[in-house]
Amino acid sequence: MKKLAILLFLGAFIAACGSGGSESSTTASDNSTPAETPKTESGNPSYDPQRGEGKFTKVEIGEALDIAMAAEGEKVYGVKCSSCHKLTSEKLVGPGWTGVTERHSAEWIMNFSTNTDAMLDKDPKAQAQLEICLVRMPNQNLSDDDARHLYEFMRKNDGVK
Amino acid sequence: MKNFKLLTVAAFAFSMLLGFSACKPKNAGSAISSDAASKAYVAPGKYDEFYNFVSGGFSGQLSTYGLPSGRLLRVIPVFSVDPEKGWGYSEETKPMLNTSHGFVPWDDLHHVQNSKTNGDYDGKWVFVNANNTPRVARIDLKTFRTAEIIELPNSGGNHSSPFITENTEYVVAGTRFSIPPDDKNGDVPINTYKQNFKGTISFISVQKDNGKMELSFQLQCPGFNFDLSRAGKGVSNGWFFFSTYNTEQAHTLLEVNASQKDKDFIMAINWKKAEEYLKSGKGRKQAVKYAHNVYSDETHSATSTIKTEVTVLDVKDFADIAYFFPCPKSPHGCDVSPTGEYIVGSGKLAAVIPVFSFDKMVKAIAAKDFIGNFDGIPILKYESVLHGEVKKPGLGPLHTEFDDKGNAYTSMFVSSEVVKWSVKDLKVLDRVPTYYSVGHLAVAGGDTKKPYGKYMVAYNKITKDRYLPTGPELSQSAQLYDISGDKMQLILDFPTIGEPHYAQIVAADLIKNNSTKFFKMEENKNPFFANGEKETKVVREGNKVHVYMTAIRSHLTPDNIEGIRMGDEVYFHVTNLEQDWDVPHGFAIKGANNGELLIMPGETQTLKWTPDKVGMFPMYCTDFCSALHQEMSGYVRVSPAGSNTPLLFSTGKNYAASDTAKKK
Repeated sequence: MKKLAILLFLGAFIAACGSGGSESSTTASDNSTPAETPKTESGNPSYDPQRGEGKFTKVEIGEALDIAMAAEGEKVYGVKCSSCHKLTSEKLVGPGWTGVTERHSAEWIMNFSTNTDAMLDKDPKAQAQLEICLVRMPNQNLSDDDARHLYEFMRKNDGVK
Repeated sequence: MKNFKLLTVAAFAFSMLLGFSACKPKNAGSAISSDAASKAYVAPGKYDEFYNFVSGGFSGQLSTYGLPSGRLLRVIPVFSVDPEKGWGYSEETKPMLNTSHGFVPWDDLHHVQNSKTNGDYDGKWVFVNANNTPRVARIDLKTFRTAEIIELPNSGGNHSSPFITENTEYVVAGTRFSIPPDDKNGDVPINTYKQNFKGTISFISVQKDNGKMELSFQLQCPGFNFDLSRAGKGVSNGWFFFSTYNTEQAHTLLEVNASQKDKDFIMAINWKKAEEYLKSGKGRKQAVKYAHNVYSDETHSATSTIKTEVTVLDVKDFADIAYFFPCPKSPHGCDVSPTGEYIVGSGKLAAVIPVFSFDKMVKAIAAKDFIGNFDGIPILKYESVLHGEVKKPGLGPLHTEFDDKGNAYTSMFVSSEVVKWSVKDLKVLDRVPTYYSVGHLAVAGGDTKKPYGKYMVAYNKITKDRYLPTGPELSQSAQLYDISGDKMQLILDFPTIGEPHYAQIVAADLIKNNSTKFFKMEENKNPFFANGEKETKVVREGNKVHVYMTAIRSHLTPDNIEGIRMGDEVYFHVTNLEQDWDVPHGFAIKGANNGELLIMPGETQTLKWTPDKVGMFPMYCTDFCSALHQEMSGYVRVSPAGSNTPLLFSTGKNYAASDTAKKK
């Protein structure tokens, strides 16, 4: 019980650190933005929690698996993802990938994997996951193609043929 | 007439009074006006307007401050080892400190030169000198790391270094201590100085696109001490001007014996002519030995090559490469005005600051207006090249830089002040005290064709009562002055590392947007790179054990290693798998006679460890990386020599299940 309380406390702490981090990173890219005006994200009607925040608004997904894309995605997985994500449902550092394409839309996954910090700071599902894992997912600087290929590999992992 | 004389005397007395009173400690309140704090204030989260690259003196490193805040941004290891950053400790960086004398862990870094295009800073590289074991280093401003170090043969005490030409064609480096040339027998009596000792000026060419340095040629010069230099610019582009001292050619008690003559020389070098002679095949090849060390951001490692030849031109063999003009009393600074027309010589012991005219020098050379020669090199007449003298500037002029309004600023070591004067009419306009004993000073862009002005920093040798006492050794200091108005105004003190000598101030806009944020894993060509956890492994080659390890928030792979034996040399090749800015991982293992590794995202670095006893050795990430940083750790089991403990490695029960099963 005590442990849980500590974990929850830590979670809150990390989340708080998180928004601080994003503020400083926006400051870093645009030094003219004043650092002392934190934005309130809650209740922002323009935010679509299904899509997440990022450049992907509508991703075309075929019925059948694109085998070539999935194979590319598997390579990216081996270098940039497998340290923390298993292909089963088992949590390692981050959640296992089984069923991930059923839990999130393609747009959400691709936005989260390419615009990680911004989404960790505002997306309810990402924040809930952070409270469980306690490690902010690193931005691994995936290219747009990398993200798409990974998504296809996730589909393959979820049984799409 | 009498009145005039009286006035001069009075003015002199007044300036002396000012000079001497400046030596006396004053409290901060007497020199600071109320708006000073706001002028140096940079709000939290805001960027500074300038980078200030400040030599670390006997620390051997280069520090980077933000101005006007005075915030220390980074200490860049250059000539001295830095266990914090693994510099000189990791297998990849050790070759950077190799020399013809072997591995040298320390040096004394004095001068800083930012690369230039058309006489203005271009924000690409910073060049710095090693004073003790003569070398020049190039720091890449994309990574803020030392990219290249070249050793200089035929050189002792590389003080007159580095100085660069208008378009960074050459970095030059002059010897402080003349010595017998490297291919001659140096085992001679010291009192044969005049016969056997020579000075050299090295010309290092710089490739335009990648900065790569080569020792192009050396000029052999008379044996005395070269002190400082500047390249000509604008009208004087194609020339270099070096201050010299000890033209007495003393080899003992220089304090007295090198201060006998009323005037030493400024040596003018026509480097374009020297280059022509070189291209036409003049000069002799000399056998030497020097190291050339290059760091690659692709292999993330350095290579050191020993070179064995240099081309030497002896200036006395050519009628039109070198000229001397007399300059009073052991000149130190030798600074060229933004237009390139005026050369300011600062005699450490002189009562005036002579300002020479390039135009007059060219005419005097054409008219052969010589008063004699020294070792075959013509000496021009002082009056023929003199533009004028700044009278009664203060005591001990050392260095001069320039602003955007036609003014010059000269540091005065003995009278602890900075004097502002007009280049046009050589009138003293203002003077401010420094605390205390200023050496170099830097005006923002102060050695370029278009100085920014705005700020001037004095780098002081002595701080005494300026900061809280810290025992016998006190920090040295920099003092920031607002020079935008008619009067210079002290606005900030900040402590420095080592001893600050020269420094330069560069607009942040030229540099900040080009900063590397991380190294792309796809471009990692280190032979021990593990491209993802699937490539981690432990390989035994005789008594050498190579651990291909990865680090990511927040675990090491492998983090359990068994089967290491006494007598093994273990190499931890750690690849940081992160691909985001500001996420380095560190690595250390108990008992290693070594520094730590600090591995940038996408980089591979190697720590060598020779276990000293049987037992269990914890290892961990030393750079706080996440909430679970404390968990980022592991164990290495060391067994006796000849033991048959199998070589095993794993991370977590979910990985490499067969390995962990075997262990049970």
